[in-house]
Amino acid sequence: MSIETDSATRFADYAHPDRLVSTDWLEAHLGTPGLVVVESDEDVLLYETGHIEGAVKIDWHTDLNDPVERDYIDGAAFAKLLGSKGISRDTTVVIYGDKTNWWAAYALWVFTLFGHQDVRLLDGGRAKWEAEGRAYTTDRESASTVDYPVVERDDAAIRAFKDDVLAHFGNPLVDVRSPEEYSGERTTAPAYPEEGTLRAGHIPSAQSVPWSKAVAEDGGFKSLDELNAIYRAGAGLKDGDNVIAYCRIGERSSHTWFVLTHLLGFEGVRNYDGSWTEWGSAVRVPIVKGSEPGAVPVR
Amino acid sequence: MSNYVLPESLETIKADFHDLEIRDRLQLLLEFSNELPELPERYSEHPDLLERVEECQSPVFIFVEVDDREIVHLFATAPKEAPTTRGFASILVQGLAGLTVQEVLDVPDDFPQDLGLTEAVSPLRVRGMTALLGRAKRQIREKTAA
Repeated sequence: MSIETDSATRFADYAHPDRLVSTDWLEAHLGTPGLVVVESDEDVLLYETGHIEGAVKIDWHTDLNDPVERDYIDGAAFAKLLGSKGISRDTTVVIYGDKTNWWAAYALWVFTLFGHQDVRLLDGGRAKWEAEGRAYTTDRESASTVDYPVVERDDAAIRAFKDDVLAHFGNPLVDVRSPEEYSGERTTAPAYPEEGTLRAGHIPSAQSVPWSKAVAEDGGFKSLDELNAIYRAGAGLKDGDNVIAYCRIGERSSHTWFVLTHLLGFEGVRNYDGSWTEWGSAVRVPIVKGSEPGAVPVR
Repeated sequence: MSNYVLPESLETIKADFHDLEIRDRLQLLLEFSNELPELPERYSEHPDLLERVEECQSPVFIFVEVDDREIVHLFATAPKEAPTTRGFASILVQGLAGLTVQEVLDVPDDFPQDLGLTEAVSPLRVRGMTALLGRAKRQIREKTAA
């Protein structure tokens, strides 16, 4: 029993316009039964400084990541989390957040791992809501707990692991980090070693398309034509391609995963969430430095 | 350092956090965040004098002064969109206020991990505060060596 989608014409060209809602739509639908608004930010305190009325908070790190292993929570923990936020399996979930929805897109991708059907992004995220002078509240989160079924994660469809990437050579890879991270020139202050990864550069043959290229000036997504120019004409992606996107820890590439899957309509796009923090520290994997993609490794 | 005792200001902050439930610790961090003082004019008009802490994901800048009584004064600024980082900076600004050079240098580098915030905020984010403390100490060493 999902809620009507946003029929705003500016979303109509996208492959899955039902995955986006505008700030106008959200403001008009706040409080609708069956709708839960989720805020997901990089900054764990931002929600407390003010959030959209009735929104609940889900933190990528303290809520969605397993506290011990480098993995996402399991079906039981996800069911407990979502139930505690007042979300049931047929709830329409709209996610928004800071940094042009980096973390919101990441949360949406994790929701998709568990097969939650109706999960949408607020186009433009927190910044657009704020720029338009819309209301925030500092009320404490107050969701009534509901039942959410235990559904195990299905990683196969949209998540790639290191071995998948090694087996993927010859198919398109998209590196969505900054050009400096891609080329491997790191600019860290003297006496401060780079944290997290031991090697710099990119996965051979990966095209560099920084995630933010998909974002328009108002913080929303660019138009379909503009996105086609970037990802098809620019990065050479074609219909039927099997694409893997990666960044540093998988959050920025969730944003690109959303663009490729839901706006451009590519099927089978996977996010390599191990990303550079895994690849750049793994033993005997190929790495290319510099601004050229480099050749597909011969295996 | 086995007999080391934290300066009272830092000990009080630590105890205040530990006395609270996890979720209320975030509220206290938010209070600190809101209390971060504005920069004095000599820095707000000269952002070039401030050192950016690269380890924090959000832009945060700090500057340390040591006065002629060897007392440390820490100044910091971070945008309102980064309340966690502001909170970390504010804890250090308040906790280190009035301490001597030696007292600040003696603060254990892992003090941020003992605040009781790792569960509420995540260990990854607490690293940002460790970096702030490290940079503050380095600035003090540079200034007192000269």
